[in-house]
Amino acid sequence: MSELKTKEPLFSAKNLKLIKNPLGKDNPITVQVLGICSALAVTAKLQPAIVMALSVIVVVALSNVIVSLLRNTIPPRIRIIVQLVIVSLMVILVDQVLKAFVYDVSKQLSVFIGLIITNCIVMGRLEAFAMANRPWESFLDGIGNGIGYGLILVIVAFFRELFGSGTLFGHQVIPEKFYEWGYVNNGFFILPPMALILVGIIIWVQRSRNKELQEK
Amino acid sequence: MQELFNIFVKSIFIDNMIFAYFLGMCSYLAVSKTVKTSMGLGIAVIFVLFVTVPINYIINKYLLQEGALTWISANLADVDLSFLSFITFIAVIAAFTQLVEMVVEKFSPPLYNSLGIFLPLIAVNCAIMGASLFMQERDYQSVAEATAFGLGSGLGWLLAIVGIAAIREKIRYSNIPAPLRGLGITFIITGLMGIAFMSFLGIKL
Repeated sequence: MSELKTKEPLFSAKNLKLIKNPLGKDNPITVQVLGICSALAVTAKLQPAIVMALSVIVVVALSNVIVSLLRNTIPPRIRIIVQLVIVSLMVILVDQVLKAFVYDVSKQLSVFIGLIITNCIVMGRLEAFAMANRPWESFLDGIGNGIGYGLILVIVAFFRELFGSGTLFGHQVIPEKFYEWGYVNNGFFILPPMALILVGIIIWVQRSRNKELQEK
Repeated sequence: MQELFNIFVKSIFIDNMIFAYFLGMCSYLAVSKTVKTSMGLGIAVIFVLFVTVPINYIINKYLLQEGALTWISANLADVDLSFLSFITFIAVIAAFTQLVEMVVEKFSPPLYNSLGIFLPLIAVNCAIMGASLFMQERDYQSVAEATAFGLGSGLGWLLAIVGIAAIREKIRYSNIPAPLRGLGITFIITGLMGIAFMSFLGIKL
């Protein structure tokens, strides 16, 4: 085992794939259909979406590593509850850090930080990957999936904030002039259903470019 | 009594778990292929919410909240254990679903066979955890209010999943653009259903 480890560089092609795949053809949201719950509710503005994405990356990566370290000692019958305990510890850490440093954003995210615990991405990756792989690969897999998740969040939040409030990160982007000429913000983008429709459209674009993903 | 009814109606229609907060989307998308199975999962979710929200309410009120421990001793008035709430809530939910699974398996094998696969799924259903966290955030006044909220959220979730399942059963015969088939169109329909549900926002309670 250790021989194999020394032969394989830390960022071999195989390992890089673990990070790259979830960004595109193996995206956790649009392809694996994991973690949609919290993905949509926090995307009305860019800033909370980015904070949420970072928190998920941290939680998935760290809990993947811990579960992967423990994978041979966890009895299979009670593995779900063990995984839940590990994940909730990570989430408590993230939640406390957010409360300490970015209190406003943490208030905006309200229950959705807590909901990372039941976010299917975390459980899904633990079950599918970390239980069967070594810590370093699991760490990369966690980072990759977290970024893939964050990517969709940022895309959705970008369009919702731009068209919904005419701002990005709270700064006005659409010039005053446009409003004088009769441009109106589309308030519909702020409402929850628009997030669903936007994700539907992202899936549409992705699948029309990549025919393998289409369902029959 | 009226207050309870208000919370109940509000949690079904206005604050619908799926359409307003997107909670429980994972199982909502995965299990909504036929009306029959989605009905089974919906009932299981109602039942688990109906029990876990009041339990978590009691735990939160008498153990975790700031000043909750005063019933043990006045010295504990400024102990705030609310940072433990995530782990306690999830432990209660996971333990309870395990218990329900065992009880149902023992006493009603036919029901177990029809629900069997969904029961363990419920432990990681965001709607269950979400309801407990909303209960904590919104600061309900009594156990009865928390129960009404749990029951209402469950019913709202059932309505949503049975609705989408019925639509998906019919949509199989439509000619949808290939890239949109399956997941894509389900998202868009859910969005449209959400818009329909927003008409309930006008109700003043």
